[in-house]
Order: sequence, then structure tokens, then C-alpha cells
Amino acid sequence: MKAEIVENAAFNLIKQAVIYLPEDVKQSLKKAYEEETSEAGKTQLKAILDNIELAEKYQAPICQDTGTIIFYIRAGAEVKDLDKVEGALVNATRRATKEIPLRPNAVDPFTQKNSGDNTGRFIPYINWEIVPGDTLELTVMTKGGGSENVCLTGMLVPGEGVNGLKKFVIESIIKAGAQPCPPTIVGVAMGGGADIAMKLAKKALLRPLNEPNPNPEIAKLEKELYEAANMTGIGPMGLGGKTTVLGVHVEYAYRHPASFPAAVAFNCWAARRAAARIHADGTVEYLTHKGKV
Amino acid sequence: MAVYHLKTPISEEEIRKLKVNDVLYITGTIVTARDQAHRRALEYLKEGKPLPINLEGLAVFHCGPVVAKEGVKWVAVAAGPTTSTRMDLFEDEFIKNFKVRVVIGKGGMGKRTTDAMAKYGAVYGAFTGGAAILAAKAIKNVRGVEWLDLGTPEALWIFEVEGFGPLTVAIDSHGNNLFLDVAKNVEENRKKIYQKLGLPL
Repeated sequence: MKAEIVENAAFNLIKQAVIYLPEDVKQSLKKAYEEETSEAGKTQLKAILDNIELAEKYQAPICQDTGTIIFYIRAGAEVKDLDKVEGALVNATRRATKEIPLRPNAVDPFTQKNSGDNTGRFIPYINWEIVPGDTLELTVMTKGGGSENVCLTGMLVPGEGVNGLKKFVIESIIKAGAQPCPPTIVGVAMGGGADIAMKLAKKALLRPLNEPNPNPEIAKLEKELYEAANMTGIGPMGLGGKTTVLGVHVEYAYRHPASFPAAVAFNCWAARRAAARIHADGTVEYLTHKGKV
Repeated sequence: MAVYHLKTPISEEEIRKLKVNDVLYITGTIVTARDQAHRRALEYLKEGKPLPINLEGLAVFHCGPVVAKEGVKWVAVAAGPTTSTRMDLFEDEFIKNFKVRVVIGKGGMGKRTTDAMAKYGAVYGAFTGGAAILAAKAIKNVRGVEWLDLGTPEALWIFEVEGFGPLTVAIDSHGNNLFLDVAKNVEENRKKIYQKLGLPL
């Protein structure tokens, strides 16, 4: 697979993600606006919907925090030149920063110096998965800082089981309050280890809002947590109201008998993501933003 | 809930009319200030030095904008609010000494700021987090910039705005604070949530 094709596809995905919210998120925000009864909450949701429209009209990023760039790749085992993909994604990030433009959000934690182009050690971060086939599926998440600041990992007591998880999720949402720019999407994971849980929780933010977990028991837990979160009354931007979360997505991995790792990841209402599939012949199929290149 | 359109400089009398949940749009001059600008302004005050702009009757905006230079002219590209709680440290002195009438940001502010707003006559206008283009489109002109040595996000940007909003009055000048009310409400709701989830309190 040619690096140039991957670079162009990644550039287009970043551009699609920062300007256009995915349809499921937009629809969910519209529904929240229609159903909101709190005056302050309704005012906030109206401003959010107006802002989404303006961003599309002026082809400008939805939010001034254009986030940290994270890629998720499902690479077919038959795809050639996989070692060139990382360089292509770094180039795409640099170009996107300059041409869209994006806010430079990559800072060396030791010297506090901003690289100026959204790249640096491990950034953009790339999550790899090898799957059968000859296509490369590329997803970008541009992840805002405000919602990142309230993500939590907890090592719960195994004896408490799922009840411990429910409590941890609700307390995390209450603690986060207005900070992650609600209504948020909440990713939850249990099991694995501290790192695995957070990785799964964050990846769960990519799942469309109208797709419950295929496991019916987990889907039931998602619904239960979603309803509980919206009983808090935190509301849009923390000003009070019915809509605190747009969805709760739960994932899990098997755990060590002595451990019950749990993670809660937040995405702000500007839940930006875009995906494409690159075929062996070099054609690019845009999956989330058809016709918006 | 009432909707107000106010022009700067805003008087104390006009501010006292506003109640929490009202919606406010501002036309006139707003000035950005984050942590570093607040700190420097209060240092100037201590040293008896005048600020580069008289803030009386104006709005201060917690914002680190994305700006671009077109020729010699600055343009605000995206200008959403930043989290205001970080400025709780300075805001009471800021309101008292510079007679700012509106503080704009997101996430709300605490009791110290609420008390100062009641005492000196100011309100907190919550602007929707992330609504950066909505904000930028209301900025008609970048009149100037001061303290650019602090970096573009931390500098004092002087914006001329038209119908800047909607701002939800979340702290009024009568001691009401919508964010503290919501927090109290959430505390009460916690019990019901635990019950629904079958959790021991």
C-alpha cells in the first residue's frame, strides 16, 4: 500500500473529524435539545447545535481545542509496506495542523515546549490490530483535553463485583461535573489490567451511539448506567438538566482473580471521529463522512 | 428567564437587574484574561501601575483564542471559553479593583467569586464550552492585544463584539450561583441513583 495514499486518507479523516460531527452524535444532540426541560440546559444545547452548523458552513474546526490525534488501525495481514504507515500518519498530522489549521497540542512534559505541529514522542498515538484480509481500516479520534482530564482508572474490590463498577462509574460522572463539557459520551471497561481497562474504555468512545454492546447482559448494564447518569441532574455544560450523557459504552476483558480493574473515559459533546477503509487497489472508502472530503 | 442585550460599558444598575438563568448578549468590548494575565494585573495594582486598558464596565473572558495574522491585522479564528475555576484565585480582587461587570467562562466559579459579585455588582456568564465558532463569529474586530509576551493564549486580547452570546447568567449579583445549586441537587439525586442501581449507600 502506497504511503501517499495512506497520508492523504489520514489527512482527509482528520479534516472530516474536526469539522463535521458524526451523524449519530448530531442526531443525539438534537434529540437532547428537543427533550430538555431545563432552561439553562436548553440554551446550552441550542448554542451547541448552532455552533455545529456554523463549523460546517465555514469549514472551521468545531472547537478551538482540536485535541490529541489518536489513530486506530485494523490492518489486513496481507497488506504490504505496513512499516511505512506510521510515517504517513505523522506527515498527515503535520499537514493537517498547518492547512486546516489545528491548534498545536503536543507538549514535551519535561521541557514544556510545544512542538508546534501536533507530533512528538508517541504522538500521534497509533493503536494497531492485525486482522485477516488485504484492506487497511483507519479511524481517527481527535480527543479534547477537558474531557481527558476527568478520565479515571480504579482498582476495585473483586468481592463487590459489578456493583462496585456501577458505583465507580456514577461517582466518576458526579466528580467530573461540568468539566468534560457535557453531555458527554462515557466509555467504561472492566477487567484486564489497569492499562487494558483504560485502553478498552477509550476505544469504546468510538462506538456509534445507536449500537449497544452485542452481549445482551452488557447492553443491559449500559442502559442502566445511561439512565442513572442522566438522573444526576448535572445537565448540559453542568448548568442543570436531563441530559448529562449521550451514551454509556461498556467493554470488558477477563480479570486476574485478585484484581478488578475499572476505567471510565469521557468524550465531550464534540465527540470527533472519522473512519475509512483503504482497499488493495488503492481506492479509499470513507465510512463515517461519505461525500465530505 | 429574561433575555438581555447589554452594551459596554455596563453600569452596576444594569447588572443588578440580572438573575440566574437569564440569557445575556453583549455588544461592545470584551477582554480575554487567563491565569497569567490575572496574576500580572494584580501585580500591577500592587505596584501602582495602570493596566494597559481600563476594564471598568467591560467583560473579561476566560479564553485562549486561536488567532491568525492577516497582513498586519489579527483575526480571531476560534475563541471558546476555558475552565473558569482556575481564576477563582484572583477574581474577587479583579472585580473589586477593576470594576469588571461580567466574567465569561465555562464550568462556573466558587463562593469567593460569588461573594465578590454580590458585593461589587458583577455576574458570571456561562458560555457553551466548545462553541468556538459561535464565539468567533460574534467577534467583529480585534482592537488590540497587550502582554503578548505571555504567549497568544495568555495575552490580553481586546475584542469588539456584537451580540456575543448566549451567556447564561450562572452567578448573579444577589448571591445566587447556578453551579452550586446544581451541585446541591446532584447530592440529593445520588441517593435515588444508588437505590435504582441496587447499591448500598
